[in-house]
Amino acid sequence: MTGAEMVLQALVDNGVDTIFGYPGGAVLPIYDEIFQQDRVRHILVRHEQGAGHAAEGYARSTGRAGVMLVTSGPGATNAVTPLQDALMDSIPLVCITGQVPTGLIGSDAFQEADTVGITRPCTKHNWLVSAVDELPRILHEAFYVATHGRPGPVLIDIPKDVQFASGTYYPPEHYELKSYKPEVAGDEEAIAEAVRLMAGAKKPVLYTGGGVINSGPQASQLLRKLVGETGFPITSTLMGLGAYPASGENWLGMLGMHGTYEANLAMHDCDVMVCVGARFDDRITGRLDAFSPHSKKIHIDIDPSSINKNVRVDVPIIGDIARVLETMLKLWAASEAKPDQQDMAKWWAQIDRWRGRQSLSYRRSKDVIMPQYAIERLYALTRERNTFITTEVGQHQMWAAQFFGFEEPNRWMTSGGLGTMGYGLPAAFGVQIAHPDALVIDIAGDASVLMTIQEMSAAVQYNAPIKIFILNNQYMGMVRQWQQLLHGNRLSHSYTESLPDFVKLAEAYGGVGIRCDKPDELDDAIQRMIDTDAPVIFDCRVANLANCFPMIPSGKAHNEMLLPDEATDEAVSTAIDEKGKSLV
Amino acid sequence: MSPKKKQAGSAYFIAKETELPRTHVLSVLVNNEPGVLARVIGLFSGRGYNIESLTVSETSHEKHLSRITIVSSGTAHVLEQIKKLLERAVPVHRVTDLTLVAEERGHEKPLERELALVKVAGRGEDRVEAMRLADAFRAQVIDASIEHFTFEITGRVSKIEQFIAIMEPLGLVEVCRTGVAAMNRGKEGM
Repeated sequence: MTGAEMVLQALVDNGVDTIFGYPGGAVLPIYDEIFQQDRVRHILVRHEQGAGHAAEGYARSTGRAGVMLVTSGPGATNAVTPLQDALMDSIPLVCITGQVPTGLIGSDAFQEADTVGITRPCTKHNWLVSAVDELPRILHEAFYVATHGRPGPVLIDIPKDVQFASGTYYPPEHYELKSYKPEVAGDEEAIAEAVRLMAGAKKPVLYTGGGVINSGPQASQLLRKLVGETGFPITSTLMGLGAYPASGENWLGMLGMHGTYEANLAMHDCDVMVCVGARFDDRITGRLDAFSPHSKKIHIDIDPSSINKNVRVDVPIIGDIARVLETMLKLWAASEAKPDQQDMAKWWAQIDRWRGRQSLSYRRSKDVIMPQYAIERLYALTRERNTFITTEVGQHQMWAAQFFGFEEPNRWMTSGGLGTMGYGLPAAFGVQIAHPDALVIDIAGDASVLMTIQEMSAAVQYNAPIKIFILNNQYMGMVRQWQQLLHGNRLSHSYTESLPDFVKLAEAYGGVGIRCDKPDELDDAIQRMIDTDAPVIFDCRVANLANCFPMIPSGKAHNEMLLPDEATDEAVSTAIDEKGKSLV
Repeated sequence: MSPKKKQAGSAYFIAKETELPRTHVLSVLVNNEPGVLARVIGLFSGRGYNIESLTVSETSHEKHLSRITIVSSGTAHVLEQIKKLLERAVPVHRVTDLTLVAEERGHEKPLERELALVKVAGRGEDRVEAMRLADAFRAQVIDASIEHFTFEITGRVSKIEQFIAIMEPLGLVEVCRTGVAAMNRGKEGM
């Protein structure tokens, strides 16, 4: 079997039916094999970054590894952004790159780049295949590493001569790598200690993250059960939305920099914090020395290096979320001690007072579409459907997280860790390829969407009826918001002078364009978008200067949030004191 | 008059490090495969962690294992992070903080040895002095002419450094050091 044939066979043997890619000189033998078979479907993108984000969207919405195939040199360097994105957000992504023939490596050959060198820090692991005999092992190892432990991106760099060479293929045995053995079960004693702390809690909170989603649908089910049995309030990071339903009684909303008042204050005031598959990111904690000062912290994570990284915890539990929650539920049921009901009632009463602050309120308008209103209507009109949401990065992303209610896991695809503008459109394309009959919407900003707009062409080619819902305010809104907060309202290059006509742009690609700038016409326009069985670009003209609140300004703690009704121009310009401003 | 420009701010929160850094010796057992050293080193450089000394060589030919000895300094928190980051790397089999193990066992330090080649050129009284000191330090002469000596010296880092410092005024030409090889006392392995 040739190396190129092995690649296709290994994809099939590892359960892959769809890959995203872009051909080029150094991967032509693999593309030749793709041409001669029909077991693996190849989706042609328009830029290698698009292939990566599409594969990420595919992975996150299915729970399986996403696969991308690109050529050497520029193909590989264009893959760097999605690789780092997948690393930060723990997405299983297998990237196969072509490389110049072995004998030419190091000679500055045409389209040569040190791909494994460049991608070493942005992958979980990578391999340069030096002989065809190694290829089957490396291919299987790559899938194993990408999907086991904390999921992440891997890269296999295959020189062209290795693709041509013949060797013996063998299927993936059910093997374990000798050197990579993630702990999954969780130490029962630690879990028991956690249960003891939880049973004694007066003011508990569950703080959950993307790890719950990555652990699989069962983890979300167990989490819901845990909330049901403990009665604890629950909040989530951006990456974990959907693990617990937004309509659930115990839901506090998202936490962090743009999280709700109740979620952040519950985090600040709690006495027992149960962190489930989240990593105490700086967008979550705010000022570290004032982060949840009075709580005992339990941290469940599959990656030992996440423990004590930013915040010291009292009870670390290393393991797969589903496995740990299962044990935790078992021990909880067996435990005689339970939280004092009076204390819990007091805690909930406090939370209800915080909820009463209505931190997500915004000034409504009859004349212009408020961006928050646009998301609310989009949610109201799609909630009964089989809907998947992706986003770009910026204000629209935060509004989507705040105002769109997610009921199920794997329905929300966003670039959390890396914050990649241009993620949403190709990710939506990847999601749509995986779920052809679903309603897939990229909630976008006018600036972000232009970074990968070329994938509209791919969406049209594959009849993938993705909906690009642009909250168009002509600004890089989040950049502008920071400039208002931190840089004396000097709006340096955050305004886009000449945006394209998005309706004509959609039509130019062969899709459908819709524009709306009146609140009372919005519902009809959204409905038209939903009913269109083709890729749509929806140019939703929103209030230009709206900002995203609530917000924890930099250098502040959870209990020093800036709320929308307090966010006057004066408050905004003085929200961050000199000390906060001097931080990095 | 333009208003005074406000100082630029940031989207990041940075806490001050108050703890003092300490020096530790780490032993890392890895697959002997291409790129493995770059991978291990990259974990340090990518996060701004410091490497003071590095020694690497294959220790088991049949099992394709190499042992990397790294001397690094940082706060307890940073060192714990370094260890965990190394442990989760795919080709890494085991990581041991030899300094911590030594302390747990009641030893001051792990066993540490370094080898250095030290070239000293000179004539007359300096040359005699260099030879006499080399004797005192139990350094071997492995190359010599009437104008130079090359010494081979083995020992703890402090001894090597002292020797080099003493040779400085006596015509030190160049030094090559291997970096630290280390393991713990007692019958147990890492």
